[in-house]
Amino acid sequence: MAVSLRESVQLVSDPQNLDGSVDEVFQMMLGVNCRRVSGPRAEEPESVTAVVGFGGLLSGACVFKCGSTAARNIATHMTGMEFEEIDDVVKDAIGEICNMLAGAWKGKVPNLAANCGLSVPAVITGRDYNLHVQAPEFQLHHAYQFEDATFDVTIVCDGLQ
Amino acid sequence: MSEIRALIVDDSSVMRKIVERSLRQAGLNLAVVHEAGSGTEALDLLKVKDVDLILSDINMPSMDGLEFLRQIRAQNLATGVPVVMITTESSEEHVKQAIQAGARGYIRKPFTAEQVKERVLPLVNAA
Repeated sequence: MAVSLRESVQLVSDPQNLDGSVDEVFQMMLGVNCRRVSGPRAEEPESVTAVVGFGGLLSGACVFKCGSTAARNIATHMTGMEFEEIDDVVKDAIGEICNMLAGAWKGKVPNLAANCGLSVPAVITGRDYNLHVQAPEFQLHHAYQFEDATFDVTIVCDGLQ
Repeated sequence: MSEIRALIVDDSSVMRKIVERSLRQAGLNLAVVHEAGSGTEALDLLKVKDVDLILSDINMPSMDGLEFLRQIRAQNLATGVPVVMITTESSEEHVKQAIQAGARGYIRKPFTAEQVKERVLPLVNAA
């Protein structure tokens, strides 16, 4: 029998799955608790965005975006090292966070866990850029904070079988 | 506990360091830790280095972790050495594929040092 996610779209798009995934990844890998915050995140001139693509029953992406300060803070928690700039290690750390978030999020729905693959992370750094996705099937966009660091996580679904 | 020569395979250098730290926190007496950023690099390393334990990611560019597992068996490398997969892929199907390809253990990212201890120490102690 063909597997479909069409009938479980409510479960797939449940916002609590994203909150739970963020909690899990940040508690286990950084040892910090995150809280969801409302309103726009304070923008820094330089930001880091990691993207992990979904393919299979669901096509889309998990997008993690934060400012330079938060990115360096996250990398410090993961490695125990201090960073003065967004170097390759910081980019690698943010890419891995996004990868684990994407994996944890799809793992919340058994059919998704088994029938949706992940791409390797792509990381973008710079100033004054936007990531635009045209007419997604659904989108979850949450902002979170730990210590003084804030970040956004977006799940974009542009196709569901 | 005797000294362990470990090989950690992951395209993320940050994850390789985190896995190494978790192994040390788990109480493993690591004599040397080799690192590889892909399955291809890891195969080349196994041709010239002996190891006692391999931990490998699955999703990697150039050669993924499952193909790496198949290749070490096909090329008779690291015979009898336990391989533990550490990956974001967590479905039963992925675990089954990894075990069929020769993995002896499976750890899902994100993980704690305690989970690494539970999954890796028995394999090292049994070797």
